[in-house]
Amino acid sequence: MDLTSINPILLVASIMISATPILLAAIGEMVVEKAGVLNLGVEGMMITGAVVGFATAVSTGSPALGFAAAALASAVLSLSFGVLTQILMSNQVATGLGLTLVGLGLSALIGKPYEGMKSPTLPKLDIPVLGDIPLLGRMLFSHDAMVYLSLLLVLAVWATLKYTRAGLILRAVGESHDAAHALGYKVIRIRMTAIFFGGACAGLGGAYLSLVRVPQWTEGMTAGAGWIALAIVVFASWRAERVLIGAYLFGGVTVLQLNLQAAGAKVPVEILSMSPYLITILVLVVISARGAHGAPASLGRPFHASS
Amino acid sequence: MADTLLSLRGLTKAYPGVVANDDVSFDIRVGEIHALLGENGAGKSTLVKMIYGLVKPDRGAMTLAGAPYDPAEPKAARASGVSMVFQHFSLFEALSVAENVALGMENPPKTRDLAQQIRDVSEAYGLPLDPFRVVGTLSAGERQRVEIIRCLLQKPRLFIMDEPTSVLTPQEVEILFATLRKLTSEGTAILYISHKLEEIRALCDHATILRLGKKVATCTPAESTARELGELMVGTSFAAPVPRAHSVGAVLLDVNDLSLPAPGAFGTPLRGISFSVKAGEILGLGGVAGNGQDELLAALSGERLSAPGSVVLKDEDVSRSGPMARRDAGLLSAPEERLGHAAAPAMSLIENGVLTAARREDLVTGGFVNWGKARSFAETVISRFDVRTPSPGTAAGALSGGNLQKFVIGREILQRPDVLVVNQPTWGVDAAAAAAIRQALLDLAAQGAAIIVISQDLDELMEVSERFGALNEGRLSPIRPVGELDIEQIGLMLGGAHDMEVAHVA
Amino acid sequence: MIRMERRAQPSRVWTALTPVLAVMLTMVVGGIMFALLGKPPLDAIRTIFWDPLFHPQFAAYSRPQLLVKAGPLILIAIGLSLGFRAGIWNIGAEGQYIVGAICGAGMGLAVYPTTSPLIFPAMVLAGAFGGWLWAMIPAFLKVRFGTNEILVSLMLVYVAEALLASASQKLLRNPDGMGFPGSRNFQQYPAAHNGEILANSGLHWGVLAAFVAVIFAYVLLTRHIQGFNIRLTGEAPRAARFSGVSPARIIFLCLGFGGALAGAAGLFEVSGPAGQISIDFNSGYGFTAIIVAFLGRLHPVGILLAGLLMALTYIGGELAQLMLGVPGASIQLFQGMLLFFLLATDVFTNFRVRFGKTEIA
Repeated sequence: MDLTSINPILLVASIMISATPILLAAIGEMVVEKAGVLNLGVEGMMITGAVVGFATAVSTGSPALGFAAAALASAVLSLSFGVLTQILMSNQVATGLGLTLVGLGLSALIGKPYEGMKSPTLPKLDIPVLGDIPLLGRMLFSHDAMVYLSLLLVLAVWATLKYTRAGLILRAVGESHDAAHALGYKVIRIRMTAIFFGGACAGLGGAYLSLVRVPQWTEGMTAGAGWIALAIVVFASWRAERVLIGAYLFGGVTVLQLNLQAAGAKVPVEILSMSPYLITILVLVVISARGAHGAPASLGRPFHASS
Repeated sequence: MADTLLSLRGLTKAYPGVVANDDVSFDIRVGEIHALLGENGAGKSTLVKMIYGLVKPDRGAMTLAGAPYDPAEPKAARASGVSMVFQHFSLFEALSVAENVALGMENPPKTRDLAQQIRDVSEAYGLPLDPFRVVGTLSAGERQRVEIIRCLLQKPRLFIMDEPTSVLTPQEVEILFATLRKLTSEGTAILYISHKLEEIRALCDHATILRLGKKVATCTPAESTARELGELMVGTSFAAPVPRAHSVGAVLLDVNDLSLPAPGAFGTPLRGISFSVKAGEILGLGGVAGNGQDELLAALSGERLSAPGSVVLKDEDVSRSGPMARRDAGLLSAPEERLGHAAAPAMSLIENGVLTAARREDLVTGGFVNWGKARSFAETVISRFDVRTPSPGTAAGALSGGNLQKFVIGREILQRPDVLVVNQPTWGVDAAAAAAIRQALLDLAAQGAAIIVISQDLDELMEVSERFGALNEGRLSPIRPVGELDIEQIGLMLGGAHDMEVAHVA
Repeated sequence: MIRMERRAQPSRVWTALTPVLAVMLTMVVGGIMFALLGKPPLDAIRTIFWDPLFHPQFAAYSRPQLLVKAGPLILIAIGLSLGFRAGIWNIGAEGQYIVGAICGAGMGLAVYPTTSPLIFPAMVLAGAFGGWLWAMIPAFLKVRFGTNEILVSLMLVYVAEALLASASQKLLRNPDGMGFPGSRNFQQYPAAHNGEILANSGLHWGVLAAFVAVIFAYVLLTRHIQGFNIRLTGEAPRAARFSGVSPARIIFLCLGFGGALAGAAGLFEVSGPAGQISIDFNSGYGFTAIIVAFLGRLHPVGILLAGLLMALTYIGGELAQLMLGVPGASIQLFQGMLLFFLLATDVFTNFRVRFGKTEIA
């Protein structure tokens, strides 16, 4: 094995790329769960975003339009989950699973003609001054806009939840929908908004996979990224800054195992390729063994305003 | 009338199968404390929800200070100067006091200013409170302060309180009354909902009494006796429980230094609880909600296991046995929460009978449930305890609270327990059913069972129990014979001021 | 305006009616989808739901396929339904199915080419054991550490897929296969082959096992105290603990049972219809079984019917692909929609929907 073939600068840079889709999906799901809704359909929304983003970018030639279309498509899809769980009071676990299955089928259907195609990808930003810093410049400041947008999004979610009234109301709805309802807050409307936001984020994350990270469309290409995003929310104890840490740690593991495979490590390939999932399980175990507090008290519970 | 603040005319609200309010009219004057009196199910809640904009009346009209008042939502009610302290469901445990207050305001100031306002108001009204404490860590009385301060910050014209004293010690009740009187002296009107007659006589200027959704009377409580008010409220007379003469036997349940950590973030730890109950005796355990009642019941029922030797049943250590083994040995229990704890709401009464009686009533042979036998057991409970239900196959959740409670208590009593532990046996039950349940407990004791009644209703405990103890923050006061106690002493016991050595910090 | 009132108890009529309604809605929306794809909608629907059973030319081939496809779906869904009833969300049946297949096939290949009537039963046991073991991981972690079983069981699907890739390329690769991935084919190893019990019926041992599982689950849930405990745990977990039901025991029981059935299903598949361990022998039955379980209202008899229906859409889908050029993925979407519509129409079971004056909500 030749570890010197692993370039630390490229390693850090590729960790950021690899973490971004999961970060986007996870920060969206965190907002949804903060509002007290458990949407297990992240995987389905991500892959829908991936295919819609790819198809749009290929047909219009604009990756930016691709991202926009992906966010919109996944958000609309997530609304079906919202209608079912919030208005028709269906079971959130079952509906989330259903959303994933629908998303997988839908994406395969839409994506068939686009298999094997190449799409335009996002240009790397040329950030003056910062980008010229030796080492650090290439590591941190020569990425595409979505990487920075995802970081800004985390910052915005963190600040909104912590400092704004909208954030306070969102948290209140997630803590006790009955109390929020008694105070006159529109529980269902607030949750629908959160679900819509979560869907849009998952769509962006999916599009980042198909437009930047891979960049190609293959059926089932999310390969569990949506589920890992769900695990990261648990890992993060529903805190935005920890979602960032979790996503980057996970990105690190993924990139490292790919690099190790490429460097011809003596570890069997199958062990390396299952390592992200095993590590996710391990992290979940450690977090739950510590007794993860911080889950919104109404998470996953159905709300019916019985006046 | 010039000084009328809120006037209700012909308010009617019907739900499928029940008319919650039927043509209710009365006036609330500026600066008065107006009581709304009635039993559970009399329609008090629906009426105040209409005033607070949570429910829209089918018919009728309201005027507030002469202007038509028809709030579409609580926000509109608050904007008109009507605010409300709920009995349940309106605080967020994981959020701080200041955040909870901010959520109840239309345009809250910055956190720092709000914290200062909270401190100011809490000092002005004698309700000390730290704005940055997390609500989940507060006692029931402190939580109520959060709600009161949340309302006071909006300078309401009408202030609605729903059963405010059910979670308070007698001393805390005095503080609350002082606060309310100060408010009325400043011109605020208070609508005070309660079914506690003495309280209303002591505090309120006028009282409107509801029965089965209809207004029965509006009167001046200070000029009526509690008995008169009670008869107006209940309508029919009911039999008060009669303790029967019987002798007390051997110790059946002995609890020694029972300690358990808190079950969750906002639970209460049990700290060194010791007591014993003898055959034929009823021990009453009082306490304000959230002081370890649920936790004590779980430790006695076997849902949570405790250190060896801490729970001894008939000279046998059962501290490490689960609920089934304890039932086999004769220790039965009925938790407070009927739906989801004592009974499974979506399951039938037959199935809910199997829930605890599977083994003692031989409803299971070789692992297979004998549904015929299970049905006849449920039918026996239903007929013996006058449970009103279409059939034993009806889901538990479809029964009214009182009927389900009768079923739950009856299910345990019919299994002839040696020791029975009940938590809040008559919570939310109408007076006639409550009397029946208390009588059944007295009868069971007369047959030689040892009974522990955990309750927040002091009147109930004084009525049925021979000895009394109080839970406070998971500790148990010394146990005293009921005959030796006055209300002052009970208050001190509930407040945790035990005449015992200084409690060591757990 | 529309207003919903919670029913005091779930409506029995609607419990039975909603799956029918969901199927009809799926046909309508599916038809629209096919029309959008430029396919004749009525032909497509008929091809999927009617032709596999009654088409003069194809039915002879596709009728037996019905049982072949329904067998594993029913077997897995029965196992899952017990967990779902208890509020335990094992969604990693696909992984348990794969690991069961690897273990069972490994057992058979280890004794190749000896013959004994005990080989096939031993393989079934090994398969069930493999699935059970795989399901014990989330069960143990949930009991010991409180780890979320949804995420763990799902992650283990990806781990199982990596194992499958490895097994078909290395450990279990056919030594006489000229280096191609994939194990020996069990169709050429009669002692280990899960063949048809009745010729041209599609009935193999796995289908028989599925029927037995349906009966077993029915008796368990309606007559046995453990079945009662499972239902109680799902309806009211606190009441179950009060009753004396150990949550850990229910978790081990439900996940273990589900895992064992999924593992056995994997073995029946790999030793029969699929024939060999290959990287893609698993056709997503573990996930489709989730739809089957819900569509069957988590009731054994319902699952039996739902399994047959779902098998029909598989076969009909293939037929539609063949005859109308309908994309294969549209069938997957079709199945997903079925679950969605079922969940949507379920509102009628638990709520009474009224039209009239609005309530402030």
